[in-house]
Formats: sequence, C-alpha cells, structure tokens
Amino acid sequence: MGSQGGWGQSKEFLDLVKSIGEARSKAEEDRIILREIETLKRRIAEPDVPRRKMKEYLIRLVYVEMLGHDASFGYIHAVKMTHDDSLLLKRTGYLAVTLFLNEDHDLIILIVNTIQKDLRSDNYLVVCAALTAVCKLINEETIPAVLPQVVELLGHSKEAVRKKAVLALHRFYQRAPNSVSHLISNFRKRLCDNDPGVMGATLCPLFDLIKEDINSYKDLVVSFVSILKQVAERRLPKTYDYHQMPAPFIQIKLLKILALLGGGDKQASGHMYTVLGDIFRKVEASSNIGNAVLYECICCVSSIYPSPKLLETAVDATSRFLKSDSHNLKYMGIDALGRLIKINPDIAEEHQLAVIDCLEDPDDTLKRKTFELLYKMTKSSNVEVIVDRMIDYMISINDNHYKTEIASRCVELAEQFAPSNQWFIQTMNKVFEHAGDLVNVRVAHNLMRLIAEGFGEDDEGADSQLRSSAVDSYLHILGEPKLPSVFLQVICWVLGEYGTADGKYSASYILGKLCDVAEAHSTDDTVKAYTTSAIMKICAFEIAVGRKVELLPECQSLIDELSASHSTDLQQRAYELQALLGLDSQAVESVMPLDASCEDIEIDKNLSFLDSFVIQSIEKGARPYIPENERSGMFNIGNFRSQYQHEASSHSLRFEAYELPKPSPPPTVAQVALPLPTTDLVQMPEQTYPRETHQAANLPSATHASSADFGVKLRLEGVQRKWGRPTYSSPSASSSSSTQKTANGATHLDGGGTASSQTRDSFYDSRRQQAEVSAEKQKLAASLFGASTVKSEKRQPSAHKTPKGISTSTEKPAVKGAISSSEPPKEKTLPSSPPPDLLDLGEPTPASIPSVDPFKQLEGLLGPTSAPSAIDHSSAAGPKAPDLMALYADAPPAGVSSGSLNPALADMYTVNKNSHETANVAAVKKGPNLQDSLQKDATARQVGVTPTGNNPNLFSDLLG
Amino acid sequence: MGIRFILLVNKQGQTRLAQYYEYLTLEERRALEGEIVRKCLARTDQQCSFVEHRNYKIVYRRYASLFFLVGVDNDENELAILEFIHLLVETMDRHFGNVCELDIMFHLEKAHFMLEEMVMNGCIVETSKTNILAPIQLMDKAS
Repeated sequence: MGSQGGWGQSKEFLDLVKSIGEARSKAEEDRIILREIETLKRRIAEPDVPRRKMKEYLIRLVYVEMLGHDASFGYIHAVKMTHDDSLLLKRTGYLAVTLFLNEDHDLIILIVNTIQKDLRSDNYLVVCAALTAVCKLINEETIPAVLPQVVELLGHSKEAVRKKAVLALHRFYQRAPNSVSHLISNFRKRLCDNDPGVMGATLCPLFDLIKEDINSYKDLVVSFVSILKQVAERRLPKTYDYHQMPAPFIQIKLLKILALLGGGDKQASGHMYTVLGDIFRKVEASSNIGNAVLYECICCVSSIYPSPKLLETAVDATSRFLKSDSHNLKYMGIDALGRLIKINPDIAEEHQLAVIDCLEDPDDTLKRKTFELLYKMTKSSNVEVIVDRMIDYMISINDNHYKTEIASRCVELAEQFAPSNQWFIQTMNKVFEHAGDLVNVRVAHNLMRLIAEGFGEDDEGADSQLRSSAVDSYLHILGEPKLPSVFLQVICWVLGEYGTADGKYSASYILGKLCDVAEAHSTDDTVKAYTTSAIMKICAFEIAVGRKVELLPECQSLIDELSASHSTDLQQRAYELQALLGLDSQAVESVMPLDASCEDIEIDKNLSFLDSFVIQSIEKGARPYIPENERSGMFNIGNFRSQYQHEASSHSLRFEAYELPKPSPPPTVAQVALPLPTTDLVQMPEQTYPRETHQAANLPSATHASSADFGVKLRLEGVQRKWGRPTYSSPSASSSSSTQKTANGATHLDGGGTASSQTRDSFYDSRRQQAEVSAEKQKLAASLFGASTVKSEKRQPSAHKTPKGISTSTEKPAVKGAISSSEPPKEKTLPSSPPPDLLDLGEPTPASIPSVDPFKQLEGLLGPTSAPSAIDHSSAAGPKAPDLMALYADAPPAGVSSGSLNPALADMYTVNKNSHETANVAAVKKGPNLQDSLQKDATARQVGVTPTGNNPNLFSDLLG
Repeated sequence: MGIRFILLVNKQGQTRLAQYYEYLTLEERRALEGEIVRKCLARTDQQCSFVEHRNYKIVYRRYASLFFLVGVDNDENELAILEFIHLLVETMDRHFGNVCELDIMFHLEKAHFMLEEMVMNGCIVETSKTNILAPIQLMDKAS
C-alpha cells in the first residue's frame, strides 16, 4: 500500500501534512497550525459536512493538539463521530475522543450511551472499538453503566473481544478496585482461556492483583509455571514468536509474576527452579530479546527463595552483561548485580573493575545506575569513597531532580555509616554548600542536633572538639560568596552557640562575622533572624562571665535597622537583644544559659495550667467544652457529610435508558436524525423530576431556533450546567471520590525484595584471565569493595610487578596475624592471599605503588602517542589483552538485533557501526582524561589513606 | 502501570505521534515533550538507549530520521521495551511496507489503531503481528 493511497485523503490534507513535514522550525510549525485552526473552525461549523470529510477534519484536529495547540472547539464533533454507523469513522471518532478528553471531562457523559449501544453490537469489531474506548473514557462514576455488559463480554465467542473485556475490567480495577472486587475470580478463569492472546492479556491484571495481595494467589504458582514451561517449549502459535524467541513478552510477564509469588517462599520457589533453569539454558544470548528474557530471569532468581545453582547461572549471565561492549547490556548488568548482591555481597568483588569502568563512563545513564549500585553496597569501610564520589558527581550536574535525590542519599549514607564526626560534618558541609536549597530542612536540624549533642557518648572532650572543628570550618566557609539559606542558618546557629566556647575566637570577631552575614543576606529574613539570635547568645555569654560587651558600630546599626523592620519576628528579636544588653550578669545567665539547646523541654499538651480558669468559668455558668468528635446534632458537619454521601450514592446516575414507548419509532433512528444526546441519556432522580421535564420541553425549541451547529454546541453546555450538577456530580461527592482514588494509588505495596540472604556460598570464576589494569583503578576498587583486588594483581605476569610481589609475600605473616579473627567465609574465598587494602593502604608498601604509576602517567602526558603509555593507560585495550578481546567476541555487538532487518532501517545500522568504530578510536586515545585521572588518583589516595591513620577502627572493619 | 507514554519524534524534535496512558494537560505535554526530546536527541548512538527522567525512565530507539520514545516506570525491563519498539516498527513495516515518517503522518489514525491493539492500560497486551493487524485489515476491506 502506497503512502498516499488508501482512505480517500483530500489534497488539502496531503498539503497540510507535507507542510508540517517540511517545517524547519517550531515557529514555522506553529504558524502552519494556527492557520489550520482558523480553517478548521470555519469548515467544521459548515452545515452538512460529509462524514468522510468530517473524519479528515478530526485527524487534522488530532494534529493540532499533538503539536501543542488547543483544539477544544472541535471536541464535540469527535463525540458526534462516535455515533457513526461506519466502523472506520466510529473508531476514528473514539480515537479522537480518547486523545482529546480525559475521563473526567464533561463531554464523556454524552458518549456513555453510545458505548453502551456499541457493546451490544453484532459486529465484533464495533464491540472491540467500544471496549478500547471504555479503557480510556470510563471513570469511577460511569463504571456501573457499562460493567454488566463488560462482564457479559468476557464470555464472547471472539477471542479479541474476550481479551479487551478482560482489559476493560483491569482498567476498572485500576480506577476503582472496589467496583470490581466481586469480579476478580473472572481473571483466574480467563487465565485458562484457550486463546493465548487472552491468556497473555490476563497476566496484566493478575500482576497488579498479586502485587497487592501475594498470599491469595499462591495456588496459581503451579499454573503459571506450567504456562511458562509451555511457552518456553514453543507450544504457542508461531505468530507470537519474536526473533526466533517464543512469546518473549509473555515470558517476561510470567517471570515478573513468579518473582512476586516466590519471594521468601521456599515451597513456591521450589516449583520454579526447573523451568527457570530451562529458560536460562534455552535463551539465546546473542539477541537483544534473549537478553531481555535473561535479565528478567536474573531478577526472578534474585527475588525468590535462593537456589545456589540458579544463582550461579544468574551470576554468570550478569558477568556476561557486564563484560559486553554494549552500554545497554552493561546497564542491565549493573542493575542485575545490584539485585544479586542483596543475596550475596561477595558477588560484586569479581566485577569491581567493570563497575568502576561504568562509574567513570561519560554516559550519564550508566553512571547514575552505578551510583545506585554503590548506594546499595555501601558499608562503613567504603562509605568515604562512595560519598565523596557522589558529592563530586552532585556538584557536576544541573538536573535539580537528580541532585536532590543524590544529596539525600549522601546524607542518608553519611548519617548511617559515618566513620568519624569530623568527616560527617565536612560531608554535610559539602552537601549543604552545593545542594543546600534542595536538601530537606530536617537534615539541617539533624546536623544542628548532632553538633549540640555529640554522638551520644559521655565524652565531653570529643564533643567540644567536634564543636570547635565545626566552628572552624564554618568560619572558613563563610568566605564563600554564595551560600544556600539553609546552610547559613546552620552556620549562624552553631556560631551563636559555640562560636566563643573554646576561647579561640573573640566575641567581637564572631559578632563581626555574624553582622557580615546579616548584611550580605539582607533579603533573607530567616537568615537574619538566625543571626540576631546568634548575636544575642554571644552577647549573653559574654555578659554572663562578667565581661563588658561593646557592640561594634555595624552591629548596633543592624539592631537599629531590625527594630524598625516590617517583620514582627525580626523586630521582636532586635528588641529582646537590646533589653538583654541592659541586664546584669546574673539575670542574663538565667535568661540565656550556656548550651541550653540540649535541655529537654516538656510540653503540657493538656494545657493543665488553664484548669483553674476553666473551673472558675464553669462555676460562673459557662458551658463545658465538648470535643469535636463527641458533638452531635444538626451542626455536626462530619455526620452531615457522610449522610449526604450516602444519599448521593443511592441516587447516583442510572444509565439505563427509559423503556421505549411501544408505538414510537426506535431511538436509533431518532439519534441518527438528530445526533445529539437527548434526555433519555440520563434519568433524573425523583426530586428533580419537574425541573427536568421543563428542561426537556425546552430542548426541542432550542434546536429549532438555532439551525447552525454552533448553536447545538452552546445548548449542550447549557444543559450540562443546569441539570448536570445537582444530580450526578455533586461537588462533595466528586471530591470525596477523588481523595479515595489517591489513597488507593498510594497503597501500592512493593512486593518482593524480601529474599532472605541465607546462602553464604560464594561464586567464583577464578579461571578468568584478568587484563592489566591501571593502578589507580585497582586502588579505587580496593577502597570500594574492601577486598580481593589481589586476584587481579596476583595473576599479572608483567615484570615490573615483581617488587610488589615480594612485598606481598614478606608482609604475609603480619597480615595473617591481623586477620586471624576474621570470619571464615572470607578466608575460604581468598585462600592464599592477603586483602589487597593492606597493599594499598598499609605502612610499608605505599611507596611501591606511587613509584609505579605517576611516572607512567607523566609519560603519557608528555609523549601522547608513545607505545608504553598506550599499554599502560588504555585499560586493557592494548596488545596485552588478547584473552579479553576473545571474551568480547562472544558478546553480541551493540545495537544489532538479530536477522530480520528491512532495507528501510538499514541505514540506521550503518550509522551505528560507524560510530562504533569512532568510539573505539576514542577509547584508545583517552588523552584528555589523563590529567583528570591523576587528580582523581590523588584524591582517592588522600581519602583512602587518611582515615586509616585517624581511625584504626575503620581498618578492623575492613577485615572483620 | 508500566508504560506511561509513547512518542514518535523526528530528529528535528517535531512530534509525529503521541499517545499518553495517563492524563496530562496540553501544557504539561508540551513541556514534557520538549524536555525529553532535547535530552534524548543529544545522546550518541554509543550511549545507553535509556534515560532517567524525574521518577521514570525513557527508552528510545532511532530508525533513520525517527525516534521512538517510550516512557516507563522504574521497574520495567528496559531491554524488553527496546524490543517492543522494534516489534512496533516491524508491525508498521508489515502493514505499510518499508514504513517511513510520511506513512505514519498520512495514516496517523492507523498507527494509533496499531498501538491501541498492542498497549492497553499501560501494559503490553498483544505481540502477535497477525492479531494486531487483523482489525485494521478488516477495516481497510470494509471501506
């Protein structure tokens, strides 16, 4: 079929499409569309537009909306088109309506009747069209109007109808679970439908249901497993195959369901092991779709009760993903790894270098996924490296949404795993400095509380050291030009409380700094309030110890200014400060005691101090207070509302048509003649009946009065407004229903993830030959993973590593002693080698590593194309890595999916190939990164080394 | 929910088809399309075909001048969505024969009908090309 043949398109339409297609800018496109809107407004209102012409206008309206302009002037014509007898026009009408309107739009009520009629049609395609519309247009209020018919259609003889009926029911469940709670057994029935399409579609509602309530569906495990088995054995019709894979999308859905059902359930999981193993074996990992199924299998295996054998297979598959050249597969691999380490954290070790590669990849998506993985595997031994990395990344991005997320993750990790108070405060400083305005205020309050209370131990010395280091760092940070408000508040508070506590800084110095802050942020009232209070505290402490306070001139002028402030809060603080300055030392000490923030304040919630007043008043004849929930009577609002709701539900819309008067012509004819919703659309409740008849009497006359379509539209709106309101959409009813809806939306439980981590087996494929990797990466790996980089080092046969090897062996006895208390599984996994961290961090060795790499890296900087630098720094891209290349050769080339490409798409793939090559070249060059990596190395070393000096506990963490 | 929207955008960033499975106002759609199209078009072929955006992900695939973008929830299998896009293209290809941007523009409603068969309520519900195209072929015959 040619692109311009077919359904009788006019020249006008072809021209429109062409001009849109040829538009070179958004502005030009907008001009075309605005002109088109004018044309359509004129044309569409003409009398007697032929129906086919009208269909074309609707498509043009769809274009108008799709390109971002309002087409509401034509909505009513889309609604009218749904009445059409021709299937194509009807379906186009439904399509336009579903694209234009949401389910709560006023016009929807006009379509319900049509849908009802179409659901009864003899033509199954009409029924299908109506069911498709049901999924998009029916809201909670109108569900009862179509529900009986939809349920009936579940048993229709055509499979396409049954499938759509299932999905309509699914939609009702999504919208209003209670409306179909009695019909849920139908989904179970349809799962056994003998048409695979219906069965496949039924998996969608079942997945949602199982997510809500896993235990009620445990009995289906066997059925799902047997379906999956049959699908995998190619029992479904060939048409479901996709790239030689039997019904992969159904397989994936089934695997998702099994993952939910098997979570933490040994018995249920037991049923799944065989079929999962089969799929792992059968899947062809050379196609994208094969890998999609493989990934889903990994997810399933990692969420059900663990089976050691399957886990091993899953780990193998994951490592294939990670080693792949394709970024997509790497991404999936990182995600899979994040799932597997929940069961066995040791799995990550084997892939540490791949993980670091992903972390340093310029592709943001991959980087973020890797941060997610790191977040999952953070422990106290690697928190510093990970959080530092996160903060560096946070500083580098502009996306506020992700910045907020990563900042809150940093805070969470720091609060959970902080190795020392100093580190914690420094980390928080960085987070606040760079993402302060995005961080939750609660975090700031936590930080202040931590500084005030210390870490809870009764070590006053450490606490005061913490405070003075905080004061030091804040005074330093105040030099920065732009600081977020929340951070300034913290700084002011800390300076006020502890600025002069250790006697290092004089009161006037701190006061000066505080005045500077207030002056620099004269528009931020909250910051000014914090500074004023801080000034007050400093002055109070000074007075309390008997020193005389002389206010600096700028301080005095600040107080004067605030006394006249528009903010009453600031004014009050200023006056209080002035009053305090006039008091003697004893009074001041009791008003503003030192370190008062740590005192507990008891709040009298019952307001018992008012009891005597209440008793007095009652004695004088006042009426006693009745709590709100005990009140009754006509003024009880809550009661009234519920009564009202009840009434509303009993009087809700009836969608059945009136019984037809026998002699009159059938309604269908009437509707064709006058395609308007007549009064038989909605039956009114009794009490409004008189009004409705009045309205009905008005209707025909109005129609006669206005001949043009335009008038028709106006009148409809009037009808809506006049009698629509009091009956079917009373404001309170609709608002309550919407809140209910959100509540339902919020109760999505996150199933799965409860897999117990009982297997302690570790999976190693130590036969893998490791290519030579730069020392920097190994170091990063060591600090991240806290164990065996040794594996890779040990196997490096290169000559210059020998000194290192010697130092390893000489150190061994000491190490043995150190790890004698470590847990047995670790020793089992690393039978002969000491943890590599010792190599990197320990006292005797550090000289050996720096002596190797900075030189080489300098070489790389100076002689850009010299061979040695290529070998050293292109991370295994050089001649050293034949085995690695062999590994890559197994993996599928990026982006190329199996066979069935057609010529039209071919050029895309050639593009792919080309860029692939260029990227390879780029990987070899990697020049500009060197300087970066030197710097990174330096920071990594700093971070990696310093804590061991300060904090020996950290070191024992690594080993124990 | 799974799939939140499906967009077809050409490499100039002009929308060629848009189907949303949750309601967004016209302004919201405009903003969202502008934002994500800019994000996806800036990426190279070497990079992941997935982009995180707010609290969901976009899986995209390029065919000549057309980008297919699918917005999905975070727990969706990205590779499967990537292949779903390809299935959609293969289906269109079977119907139009060497499908191109203009085919979709001239037969916007047909492209929508195909999508309606494949995705309902934000779920992939039909993946057999025969089943997807059957109603459309019948409609062709009838008219």
